[in-house]
Amino acid sequence: MHYDMLLLRFGEFTLKGKNRTRFEKAVLNHVKLLLKPFPGASLRKEFGRIYVVLGGEPYEQIIQVLQKVFGITTISPVKMAPVELGAIIETAVALMRELNVTEGTTFKVNARRVWKEFAHSSQEMNHLIGSPILREFQALRVDVHQPDIELRVEVREQAAYIFSDVIMAVGGFPLGTNGKAMLLLSGGIDSPVAGWSSMRRGLEIECVHFYSYPFTSERAKEKVIDLARVLAGYAGRIKIHLVPFTEVQTAFTRTGQDNLIITLMRRSMLRIATMLAEREGALALVTGDSLGQVASQTLSSMNVIGRSTELPLLRPLVMMDKQEITEIAKQIGTYDLSILPYEDCCTLFVPKSPTTNPNLWVVQKIEASIRDLNVLIEQAVATTETLVLEAGGAIEGRKEEVIQEDWF
Amino acid sequence: MKYFDYAATTPPFEEVITTVAEIMRRHYGNPSSMHRYGEDADKLLKRSREVCAAALEVYPSEIVFTSGATESNNLAIKGAALQYQTRGKHIVTVSTEHPSVYEACRQLTNLGFEVTFLPVDAEGHVSAEQVCAAVRKDTILVSIMHVNNETGRVQPLHDIGVALKKQFPRVLFHIDGVQGFGKLPVDIRGWQADLYSLSAHKLRGPKGAGLLFVREGVELFPLHSGGSQEQGFRAGTENVPVLVGMSKAIRLAGERQVETARRMTEWRERVVAEVKTLPQLRLNSGEEAPHIVHFSYPGMKAEVMLHTLEQLGVVVSTKSACSSKLAEPSRVLLAMGCNEAEASGGIRISFGDEHTEQDIDELILALRKAVAKLESLERWKR
Repeated sequence: MHYDMLLLRFGEFTLKGKNRTRFEKAVLNHVKLLLKPFPGASLRKEFGRIYVVLGGEPYEQIIQVLQKVFGITTISPVKMAPVELGAIIETAVALMRELNVTEGTTFKVNARRVWKEFAHSSQEMNHLIGSPILREFQALRVDVHQPDIELRVEVREQAAYIFSDVIMAVGGFPLGTNGKAMLLLSGGIDSPVAGWSSMRRGLEIECVHFYSYPFTSERAKEKVIDLARVLAGYAGRIKIHLVPFTEVQTAFTRTGQDNLIITLMRRSMLRIATMLAEREGALALVTGDSLGQVASQTLSSMNVIGRSTELPLLRPLVMMDKQEITEIAKQIGTYDLSILPYEDCCTLFVPKSPTTNPNLWVVQKIEASIRDLNVLIEQAVATTETLVLEAGGAIEGRKEEVIQEDWF
Repeated sequence: MKYFDYAATTPPFEEVITTVAEIMRRHYGNPSSMHRYGEDADKLLKRSREVCAAALEVYPSEIVFTSGATESNNLAIKGAALQYQTRGKHIVTVSTEHPSVYEACRQLTNLGFEVTFLPVDAEGHVSAEQVCAAVRKDTILVSIMHVNNETGRVQPLHDIGVALKKQFPRVLFHIDGVQGFGKLPVDIRGWQADLYSLSAHKLRGPKGAGLLFVREGVELFPLHSGGSQEQGFRAGTENVPVLVGMSKAIRLAGERQVETARRMTEWRERVVAEVKTLPQLRLNSGEEAPHIVHFSYPGMKAEVMLHTLEQLGVVVSTKSACSSKLAEPSRVLLAMGCNEAEASGGIRISFGDEHTEQDIDELILALRKAVAKLESLERWKR
């Protein structure tokens, strides 16, 4: 099929009055970032819409990429025609030919004359374009109320746009228009979904991952980087902070408080994430907690753990079922990675019976008893490695000794 | 000597040779090992998979690495047959398929499977109607090649795939894509393929490397059992260096396809025009795949023509390389309705992207000379 442009429509944020320009700009920037691998394509902004002029680039691939852009609700591939009735009809017929018209398919033409100097009114055009199509496709029937195909024609001064397909995109708020947060990203199913859900609400996300080499393998870390790369496919680029957590973690194993170890670990993770958030200018922490899923996610645990940070703790999945979360993970493409069988630092040292009802006072007392806990935490922050992942592959900030791009 | 047997195999890209050697030297770790050597090899393997998947526009998880297209085709056909035999035991394929499909199907008949080998028309085509008409209640698999390796005929995969999946969504659709990729546009999703085979050495990659695209959700009975490599579809330590080499060759072939096709088509047209001026020769193809011209010299043993051309400095082939040492006439040509004499006299000329205008001049000159030479011998014989 041959198309000239893609028409992108915006979602709920168009209701936001004064902020609208800012929102549109954010979408525009995001689209620009994701179109980098398609140098032929260019952008054109019109009031309330964006057009991607394809310039010979593959439209199906670009649609797939843009379906992930938050703030865009629908996408239509558009054919262009010169502003001349004959050419418009010809293009409209060509487009219909590419759609699968079978016996009894219903359609209507919905023409709009945006450029008022064009000789035919919108009403006239509906007929002028509709009749040759009906002649060409005997199987077609007209239905002006609920047609299977709504062929839309917009006549503008420079060109006429002809389109019919409306492809759903992800919607939500444009990325970053609601500020920035730190996502605690494990290798599990939940946290990537929490990250995606936050991005859809307009939050910019940076990821924090805790690893415990040699207790967890290099591959567990790679897996999390891969998960973050999937998220980068939505964000264009994403930062991931890799925190060496072994020292902190082993300090807790020496306290002899087996059933509290998860609580203690989670509190330290939040402290480290908070410090990173402050450094990076993020105003909240996001976790994949879902109420009651595991011991550390009971209300009582959440209370004790949550008190270790002063930042707002956002838990987008808190009231969701595992099955709903899994569904989303599959849709956004993180599920298959998440189920790879590498141990992460949360499954390590899992006690036989972690407490579901920790006592804040006891927990604080144990923390105070570990002499250099704060030092260990600060060290962890100081030795954190930060990578920037670009949608589509490149990783900044890492000396890649193994992969030499010119080998591939 | 000028080499015109690219459909049999191709000289690897210089960069591929360097890459393979470099990785053999530096990253010999087993990708399944836990230690750093293993991790490094695994990273390379993962990247190769991503590169191949991107070139085919599919997911990395849908790529199974194999030792080449013969293995890919066998895994696709026997793997699907054994996996889904409870659904039925009938397979549909075409009489002009490559031996690795044809023989795999024939072998299955010994295990109680039934195979319909569809006939082709004089042009070598099979139609979507034919395919759908052959499908029965117990059909589990349809296997059709993209481009015929002998004649260059292109099968209407889009029509077949769409018609097949519309009427019989549960029947698996396998495509042997070996001769098509890099020469013609490939659209695995649009063709609704469940399985798609490729080989590296036809694309200027190394020998001993291939892949099978296995659509998400499709299960195959593994032919090699052992470790859980390649998602359990194919046990055995992956050959990391040649697989990296393959991914590079596939990427380059994909990127250059349009340009390659344009140049090859010009050459093909010149050679076809030449063949048409020589009344002794009968053109069997030459209008479809851009890289293959196939003709017969009826009454002349193909081998004689081949050796005469070789004396003149031009290397071509008879039939497909995989069966050219057999004395029988070409099964493919017979299926297209050629008589014995025509089917025994088939000559295939196949191009590569690095040929030049001058190479084609030499080829045409050699053709002319060879025909003149053999013609005079013929006359003398009479």
